[in-house]
Amino acid sequence: MKYAKLLLSLLGTLGIFFLLNAKIGALPPLGKFLSPSSGIWQNETDESISGEVMIPGLKEEVVVHYDAQLIPHVFAQNDHDLYKAQGYLTAKHRLWQIEFQTYAASGRLSEIFGEGALEYDRTERRRGMGYGADQAMAYMEKYDQETLAFVQDYADGVNAYINQLEPEDYPIEYKLLDYKPEAWTAKKTALLLMYMTKMLAGGDDDLEYTNTLRLIGKENFDLLFPDFFDVNDPVIPKETDWSFIDVPQTPSPGSEAILDTIKETISKPNPDNGSNNWAVSGAKSSTGNPILANDPHLGLNLPSIWFVMQLSTPEYNAFGATIPGALGVISGFNQHISWGETNATRDVIDWYKIEFNQDRTQYKYDGSWKDVKVRVEEIKIKGQAAYIDSVLYTHHGPVVYDKNFKSDSEWSGYAMKWVGHEGGNNQKTFLQLNRAKNYEDYAAALQYWNAPAQNFVFASTEGDIALWIQGKFPNKWEGQGKFLMDGSKPENDWQSYIPQAFNAHTKNPERGFVSSANQHPVDEAYPYYVFNDGYETYRNRVINDFFNSKEEFSIQDFKDLHNNNDNLKAAELVPYMLETMDAAGLTEDEKVIYEEIKAWKFNNDIDEVGPSIWRQWYGKLYGLVWDEFDSEETALASPYTYQTIYLLKNHGDHKFMDIVETEDKTETAQDLFLLAFKEAAARLKEIKEEEGSYTWANYKGTYAGHLLQGLPAFSRFDIPIGGDRNIVNATSENHGPSWRMIVEMSSPPTALGIYPGGQSGNPGSKYYDDFIDDWAAGEYHSLNFLQSSEKTDKVIETQTLKPARDE
Amino acid sequence: MNNKILNFIATIVFAFLFGLFMPWVSIMFASYASARLFPLEKWSTFLVPFSAIFLYWGVQAFVMSSRNDFILAGKISELLQLGGSPDVLIFVTGVIGGLAAGIAAILGRETKVLLPSKS
Repeated sequence: MKYAKLLLSLLGTLGIFFLLNAKIGALPPLGKFLSPSSGIWQNETDESISGEVMIPGLKEEVVVHYDAQLIPHVFAQNDHDLYKAQGYLTAKHRLWQIEFQTYAASGRLSEIFGEGALEYDRTERRRGMGYGADQAMAYMEKYDQETLAFVQDYADGVNAYINQLEPEDYPIEYKLLDYKPEAWTAKKTALLLMYMTKMLAGGDDDLEYTNTLRLIGKENFDLLFPDFFDVNDPVIPKETDWSFIDVPQTPSPGSEAILDTIKETISKPNPDNGSNNWAVSGAKSSTGNPILANDPHLGLNLPSIWFVMQLSTPEYNAFGATIPGALGVISGFNQHISWGETNATRDVIDWYKIEFNQDRTQYKYDGSWKDVKVRVEEIKIKGQAAYIDSVLYTHHGPVVYDKNFKSDSEWSGYAMKWVGHEGGNNQKTFLQLNRAKNYEDYAAALQYWNAPAQNFVFASTEGDIALWIQGKFPNKWEGQGKFLMDGSKPENDWQSYIPQAFNAHTKNPERGFVSSANQHPVDEAYPYYVFNDGYETYRNRVINDFFNSKEEFSIQDFKDLHNNNDNLKAAELVPYMLETMDAAGLTEDEKVIYEEIKAWKFNNDIDEVGPSIWRQWYGKLYGLVWDEFDSEETALASPYTYQTIYLLKNHGDHKFMDIVETEDKTETAQDLFLLAFKEAAARLKEIKEEEGSYTWANYKGTYAGHLLQGLPAFSRFDIPIGGDRNIVNATSENHGPSWRMIVEMSSPPTALGIYPGGQSGNPGSKYYDDFIDDWAAGEYHSLNFLQSSEKTDKVIETQTLKPARDE
Repeated sequence: MNNKILNFIATIVFAFLFGLFMPWVSIMFASYASARLFPLEKWSTFLVPFSAIFLYWGVQAFVMSSRNDFILAGKISELLQLGGSPDVLIFVTGVIGGLAAGIAAILGRETKVLLPSKS
């Protein structure tokens, strides 16, 4: 009996220990997790921002002043110390985020989440994310040891922070998922830049277009997916003179598309990833100084994708938004210039059909056989044996789809050609921009930038404004890469690149402003083939119309434009629908909604109901128009919004308007307006019953989700902000202006900036999401541009980083 | 002083001392040790160390969290589906710690029965 009791209590003790020390399902290890000495209670605090910290490898002291927004103002004596400090401070405030993002970039999430993430990881491996990062590292090793050394400094800084941590100090996400940080490496910075490249230049519809072309024929395809829309207000003004370009477009070899049927394609980045930027010249500015603005539209996440810092050495003084994991300021200013980016969407991904030999060691090319290279991807899985995926590489790039992945074809596959695999020196562009003094320095810095192609806006205290569309662009033949190509024919390869000097750009244009909003980069006069890569057609027109509307612009005008909620898309279709739709048969309930949208002034403010009605109505309408494209058998492209509206207004009796299901009836656009309206009204009535109202704020429910699958406890919901996609204030449900910046080029520049998040990555810190309310209200924070390391009244605490004697 | 009070105090003192060099499991060793030193009878074997650690963890959690306006405690309470109340999370923290300590104390008590010692 004694022994039984003893055994029982022993088992009970061991049992409770293991139960509380192990992660069970989604539940963290509760003993560890709730213990005051090691668990979450240790995270119930702000980061320490005072005192002295010893950092191995520092050459001299680095002074870090924090202001009330928890923005670190870093004063280092040399570049190496500066980037060490940047690494250290970024890790201190955002460690879990920087590491998690590189796990995601390199397809390693299965290590954290287990088998559920395997499909994601395989996709990222097959997309060649690690391969691309390897190419970037190889490039730096060979051609730019200096930049590589800075990237290593940054890594040393991150590691200095990690090495100071005890398990109880780990960010809360590690405790929740029960793992720990690993050492940071230079390659992780390369991976992060690949992640950005994927986010902004990782989407394409070539395979979907191929299916669509096969299904509807060339004539219809060209109608739905034209290279240029009938309106075009391009990034580079139409009147630009291109006569200096003396390298011609690659002549067309008359190649035919391969019309395969592709059932399923890999996941793509959010097509709303985009941005606005603009700058006005001194002559057009109310203060006489050029003014510049930027607002990148990205997923709204916590911790935010941006971390604001001031980074200075005796040689230069840069300030603005950094991307945790990368060096330097990405969108910001220094004493002489300011710069910002929008995505310059271009078709830099093409697909080639590959034919293998019998044992898949060679593939057909130019009448003979070429060797396949194999990259073995080992995907570690939490709690399981690793998964080995052997990815075949051709001279085009990785064979993403083959018999092992989303295809059942034994002897063929589809290889991806992506500029992201080319290796490049993107990091250098930012390092150079941070210390640029004038237009020449800015233009020189851009040369290193390969991908993702960006519209780099520029303004200087000297009075220049400019915009370069910078990326490494293949000089394609007319139509090249729109559809799947035959990978065995050399003429289908990218023949050359557009010489960098011939990338479209404009400096001090006559109209007195430059702007970009992801629209078409150029008009037909530009001498190279530019495929319509899903260009935006609304924000750009609102922005350019605004700058053409008067002579002078102030900071307040810039703020107003960032927060502009005009819905041009609705304004171009709703009046036509109301005019031509037969509203006689509407029920009483429907009539109420009809009157509501009739009274709407096409403004997406939070308390309007018009935007919600429009969203419902247009959404239903789009589905009815393109019912032909609703297929589970093949992956198809969705026709552009602009072109859909164009067809509805100009080709209302096209056969696409007919609903396929109703065989005895031929619908026109007007029939669809009514059908869609009735469906929308029914849904709106439901929403009203469920949620009380369908005002825009309520309907949209904007939120900033935590990076960890939107963990509700660490997210912010129902953020009261208007706007929507295709509106200058591009805030949709979980996407929008992720960093709003306005810089006036006084000497020194004065700047405003805000983003929907907070500087701290710790959900337990009051600095975690403290910018969100002001951001939603359209307000800005002054950026305290300190001119020396001397403490000012804006500084709340100072921390000194000191060289540690031993390494 | 009676053993209940001694056990209670010893559990907390040991938990503090062991915690200086041990992870969270120090509370289990603490209650085990104090059960050996100050053996109790029946339900007290469990309840006294339970109460000691409940108090020890709960007070620490409360103090740490109150210095930060209970920001994180509220979020974790929501995360663990405890309704978002920091108080509930602090209570649960105490219960978890107390439970582990109480069970380890039973083991301590049983080994005492098995291996009679002088004290």
